[in-house]
Amino acid sequence: MQFNSIPFLLLLSAALILYYCLPGRRRWYVLLAASYLYYLAAGAEYLIFIVYTTAVSYVTALLLQRRADAENAELEANRDALTKEERKARRAKGKKQRFRILVGGLVLGFGMLAVLKYTAFVLSGVQLFVPSLRIPDLLLPLGISFYTFQSMGYLIDVYRGKAQAERNPLRFALFVSYFPQLLQGPISRFGDLAHQFFEERGFDGARFRAGLARTVWGYFKKMVVADTAMIAVQALVEQKLTGAYVVLLILLYSAVIYGDFTGGIDITIGISELFGIRLKENFDRPFSSRSVKEYWRRWHITMGTWFTDYVFYPLSVCAPMQRLSKWSRAHLGPALGKRIPVYIATIVTWFLTGLWHGAGWNFIVWGLLNCLCILVSQELQPLWLRWQAAAPRLSSSRIWGCWQAVRTFLLMGLIRSLDCYRNVPLTFRLWGSMFTDFNWGEMLGSLTKLGLTPADWGVLAAGILVLFTASMLGKREPLRERLSRRPVLLCVCLTLGVIVILLFGSYGIGYDAGDFIYGQF
Amino acid sequence: MRKKQWIACLCILLCGGVFLWFAQLLLEPKYMSGNREGAMTAEYYSDGSPHDVLFLGDCEVYECYTPPTLWAEYGITSYIRGTPQQLVWHSYYLLEETLRYETPKAVVFNVYAMRYGEPQNEAYNRIVLDGMHFSTVKLRAIWASMTEEESFASYLFPLLRYHSRWKELEQADFQYLFHRDPVTHNGYLMQTDVVPKELDIEGEPLSDPALPQICFEYLDRMRTLCEEKGIQLILVKAPTNFWGYYWYDEWEEQIVSYAGENDLPYYNFIPLEEEIGLDWSTDTYDGGAHLNVSGAEKLTSYFGKILREEFGLEDHRADAELSAVWQEKCSAYEAEKNGGT
Repeated sequence: MQFNSIPFLLLLSAALILYYCLPGRRRWYVLLAASYLYYLAAGAEYLIFIVYTTAVSYVTALLLQRRADAENAELEANRDALTKEERKARRAKGKKQRFRILVGGLVLGFGMLAVLKYTAFVLSGVQLFVPSLRIPDLLLPLGISFYTFQSMGYLIDVYRGKAQAERNPLRFALFVSYFPQLLQGPISRFGDLAHQFFEERGFDGARFRAGLARTVWGYFKKMVVADTAMIAVQALVEQKLTGAYVVLLILLYSAVIYGDFTGGIDITIGISELFGIRLKENFDRPFSSRSVKEYWRRWHITMGTWFTDYVFYPLSVCAPMQRLSKWSRAHLGPALGKRIPVYIATIVTWFLTGLWHGAGWNFIVWGLLNCLCILVSQELQPLWLRWQAAAPRLSSSRIWGCWQAVRTFLLMGLIRSLDCYRNVPLTFRLWGSMFTDFNWGEMLGSLTKLGLTPADWGVLAAGILVLFTASMLGKREPLRERLSRRPVLLCVCLTLGVIVILLFGSYGIGYDAGDFIYGQF
Repeated sequence: MRKKQWIACLCILLCGGVFLWFAQLLLEPKYMSGNREGAMTAEYYSDGSPHDVLFLGDCEVYECYTPPTLWAEYGITSYIRGTPQQLVWHSYYLLEETLRYETPKAVVFNVYAMRYGEPQNEAYNRIVLDGMHFSTVKLRAIWASMTEEESFASYLFPLLRYHSRWKELEQADFQYLFHRDPVTHNGYLMQTDVVPKELDIEGEPLSDPALPQICFEYLDRMRTLCEEKGIQLILVKAPTNFWGYYWYDEWEEQIVSYAGENDLPYYNFIPLEEEIGLDWSTDTYDGGAHLNVSGAEKLTSYFGKILREEFGLEDHRADAELSAVWQEKCSAYEAEKNGGT
């Protein structure tokens, strides 16, 4: 059930009506029912997987909480009887026990994701050596990467004492399955989200209007920009066109992924606001980033912070890494020695980030290339600082800032094109062709052979212009927030938005680009 | 929000709704030239006079029987609710819908569509369903007909289907915004070209000769509906002589058997070609797939005799009011046949 399908809109409308008809304390039942209905519509066979993840994380979190509570109670009871060292020893022992429980829960949770998502990938590698090996055709449940990461993040938070384990299984099930974010995130934290489901609040007209505006804006991005550009992208990928066509693909796919993913998140956040629930922002004008590092602070923010909090930092400070740090400082000198653990943690994090996106070499290479860019730019930092000091006016000028944004945009677009071709050697060959095949004239002359008419190109260009303008105007405060304070103007914009989407959107028979890209991850 | 703001918002939404309604009218295909078949379903509603005979089926009815000939020779009034590749459930729902407006004495159903047990093509669904007036019958017809790629909502709001037609709007879309010209003669779509049949044909062997069960179920429903209303249901198979429209003996046996079991008259005109006087070198416009106007007149003349003699349908030519209506129809028919429009 896609966000842009009629059944989804009907489900949403019914859920909204029921939600606001029920008293505040009971509203979350509607969200839970809608979430499971939504999931059921994707296929009854998928239900078992989300129930499994919910059960594993629910039970593990309770065990962790019980262990921690018992430990605290014991320490409190023997407060005077135990010495400081004894208390420390008991804490360490308790932590070790809880760590074992946590690892058990993580293995069970991530284990299912690994089996379902990566078995075929691993076995296809083994098949190179054992050709007779048969690769099983496993189901890949809807949104599994998102709800697994969200649940496992919750477990780690409970282990760290940052979140209290939820004792009501149905309430916890809602946290895992909350339908607007099930398909493509954002990856929420228990502490940010769960309490909002259950707190009593009245109908907030301003928030509802803002949610409506954001939802329509998301549909515009997805259906008018992303899905229209996707038609040409599909043609370019299918025909494996070289040279200038690769540049075109990089530009168009940037529009696709931006419209698709940020549009999908706008819809998710907008729908949540209709229910009075505020989700974390997942994007912060990412295409205006001046470096790859900055880009990743602004793009898919919740995934980035998930990996930072639950992979990068723990890995950087874990005991083996501390030992490695000591060793490398001693043997390689302090300058290089202190970088080694950071490099390793960065590489592992980006390898896993690539793997999270999909089971394929293209995703792994994509992750590692991002890592390479970040590390290289980190290494070149002193050089940059020196240049900045030598040319302070230029380096702080707007033109230089624009150049940096364009450079980052193109670099990220280039790496992202691995996602289109899904074949690493082919992608590298096609990248190379940009510098050998100067077929710009041919490319410009055959734009209408890529599945889009001149009128479609016009709509796409206008759509991108609207996105750009809205992004510029919304630097300080998003336009929709400003509009939500002026109901009549908002109503005009919403009506126009719906008309534009209905008339110029790419949907219905003849268009097959409707699926959200991040829904596949 | 203040009261004034509410009123302003309602007005804006109303304007938006009106705009979308207008856009829908503009973007819907008009079918006034080219694929004129698309306008046939809706054209029925503009014909106010009652009919003795209702024809249902695919191109084998709207190309093979001419209501003006049936009137001119036998004084029988008729209408053809035929559309391209009309499937059995389409025919059933068109029958059910037609019976809301009138009760003919006989319903003639062409059995060629009995070979299709599943929805075939969105375009043909559209041609039948878009033109139907909104009713519960239409809703059920949509449910029964949709292919997997289609959505129910796009039938209720055709804008969802035709939204991208803004790129191909032409003068006719504006000209026929609020009205349509008739494209048929009581459902008969005239073809005057002559393309003779060249080769004798033989059908490819059938992998599964059984006609789909669902077709018999809908045929049963048509039969029951007709019985309830006291209407004579007549099964026919139009003459064709083209590989793509081959009528197999195995299918024939099943239809004969069904007709026999249910006491229904069945006329297969393929073996009666000589008796009808069909000449495949002059009476077809597409090499034997369908009859042209000359062939259709011959078949109608032959079938009219059956309707008169076997089913006792009355001659209304003495009815002044009906005569006036049909005189006009016959004139238009003759004009087109003789090269007019």
